[in-house]
Amino acid sequence: MSRKISMKQAINEALDLEMRRDPTVIVMGEDIVGGTGAHGEADAWGGVLGVTKGLHAKHGDRLMDTPLSESAYIGAAIGAAACGLRPVAELMFMDFMGVCFDQIFNQAAKFRYMFGGKAETPVVIRGMVGAGFRAAAQHSQMLTPLFTHIPGLKVVCPSNAYDAKGLLIQAIRDNDPVIFCEHKNLYGMECEVPAESYAIPFGEANVLRDGDDVTIVSYGLTVHRAMAAADALARERVEAEVIDLRTLSPIDWDSIVESVERTGRLVVVDEAHPRCNLATDIAAYVGQHAFGALKAGVQMVTAPHTPVPFAPSLEDLYVPSAEAIAAAALRTLAPTGTTPRSIAA
Amino acid sequence: MTENPFPLSKDDLLRAYRTMRTIREFEERLHVDFAKGDIPGFVHLYAGEEACATGIMMHLNDNDRIASTHRGHGHCIAKGVDVHAMMAEIYGRSTGACRGKGGSMHIADLSKGMMGANGILGAGAPLICGAALAAKVRGDRGVGITFVGDGASNQGTFLESLNLAAVWNLPVVFVVENNGYAESTAMEWAVSCDSYVDRATGFGMPGVTVDGTDFFAVHEAAGEIIRRAREGGGPALLECNMVRFYGHFEGDAQTYRAKGEVEALRASRDCLVMLGERVIEAGVIARAELQAIDGEVAALIEDAVRAAKAAPLPAAGDLLTDVYVAY
Repeated sequence: MSRKISMKQAINEALDLEMRRDPTVIVMGEDIVGGTGAHGEADAWGGVLGVTKGLHAKHGDRLMDTPLSESAYIGAAIGAAACGLRPVAELMFMDFMGVCFDQIFNQAAKFRYMFGGKAETPVVIRGMVGAGFRAAAQHSQMLTPLFTHIPGLKVVCPSNAYDAKGLLIQAIRDNDPVIFCEHKNLYGMECEVPAESYAIPFGEANVLRDGDDVTIVSYGLTVHRAMAAADALARERVEAEVIDLRTLSPIDWDSIVESVERTGRLVVVDEAHPRCNLATDIAAYVGQHAFGALKAGVQMVTAPHTPVPFAPSLEDLYVPSAEAIAAAALRTLAPTGTTPRSIAA
Repeated sequence: MTENPFPLSKDDLLRAYRTMRTIREFEERLHVDFAKGDIPGFVHLYAGEEACATGIMMHLNDNDRIASTHRGHGHCIAKGVDVHAMMAEIYGRSTGACRGKGGSMHIADLSKGMMGANGILGAGAPLICGAALAAKVRGDRGVGITFVGDGASNQGTFLESLNLAAVWNLPVVFVVENNGYAESTAMEWAVSCDSYVDRATGFGMPGVTVDGTDFFAVHEAAGEIIRRAREGGGPALLECNMVRFYGHFEGDAQTYRAKGEVEALRASRDCLVMLGERVIEAGVIARAELQAIDGEVAALIEDAVRAAKAAPLPAAGDLLTDVYVAY
């Protein structure tokens, strides 16, 4: 059975289904139940934005509030994973990685290699990413490149409710540490999602729109901006192929290269800062592996090299817009002087 | 032989002595071989501190987890990690405990409940909270022990873990191995409180300070708080005051220590000598029995070094393996 639910509901459903399926799955985080130890309503919050609402009633103490103490409980989730549980730890805002990153990149990410292949650390660290929520510089960042840089971590960033459910189920079943990035401005967005359980494999990008003139690659919120840009381009008779990466580590290089070999033009869109991000990574990879196919320089559309501003008027300029993406696509068409087939036709 | 006045059987006393002697021999040998240039990287030796690891670990089984420190060889040996595998690891060989990819600071053997030495000071404390949580969720009566030095006792991870363990009532024992030095910096200067018992009290858990060079004192205190944790009584802190025979790392000239300090400690507070003399004086164990163990241990370490040197290096292809379970 499929019905329309939001990404927030889809994540809640994935946690619920996996907790039912596997008794070693536990969920912990700050206020994920809400009101623990207080005298008001039980299960008061279900997470600051209500993503885990109702799960405590279903699963009791397997859903655990923590003190405001990210180093301790993220580390505890990692330690518990190394001892046979499958913890899902919510970091609330992924920006808080700053106070617990040692446990993520020096501990969880390295156990397997450092211990000669004898450790498994099946932990999922969920957290909100992204700008546009008027949450300012320390609650709005897209820090995905910091995670993709680290061998041993897997990094996921879904763009819609369907993918969020299937990717989170896969993340919980996965035997490696997974950083699961949830764009807070997508929480309310609905799409058709099956009620039953399903897993989406990592490393398989989703081609959301076919086109032969230019390839646009993105992930998370900016996938929707890329789709809007593709619609605008279509009105100018430019057919863009839009690829949603879904997982950033592993990354589906093959789908990107196949598409670029067909279109000859590439726009990479990343909400992260412009240096050493997914956009530069993909541009470099295509430059090395599909240079001969390129008819124009790769265009990168990213957030600027600034912290995320608070003023709504500034923040709206910060996140890559559909207009900027469309303009970048047109730039790939301009320098060669060739006419896209769709226009020539 | 007279009646045994100790709370341990003769077999257990012999076992304790053998463990401590093995750690001592292992470390003294590394001291020599490192100076010869045989060992890559750097090593931190546990010599002088053997009573602490041994007195604690005798209360544990393979189901109990420990998180160690950069100075982890003693914890490994006391927890039952294979000495040959350890030596081969320190020599960077493919037969090592971590196939040569971890080295001295990352020796681990999860099958023995040894969750790793750790190059990041204080990082083991949150991890052991997780191990204890896993034991609590499973209801298997396992406990977790995390070791920190006096230096790392100032880390946020350690202090946060004290709080988390208390709030979640986890079966964790926090062991502060106070050897007086955070690398080169004096504990008296770097730690703001006079007593770790006060620090434990501040987090709502009992704290105990013992002479960490006295095997019997460590064994007794650890036994009590480990039993308490195992029975659901919650976390506790154990401070062991001990002495470091060598520098922070091998090659450390230790110019920050007073002249004659180390020699005096070796003469008056050698935990291995103290244990031996006590059991001999009590008439429980004959000197010849201990000397026999000394000989066996010396042969064991000699063989471990020989085997490590003869073992193959990791293959070039090993560079890329075991980053992920699947990718």
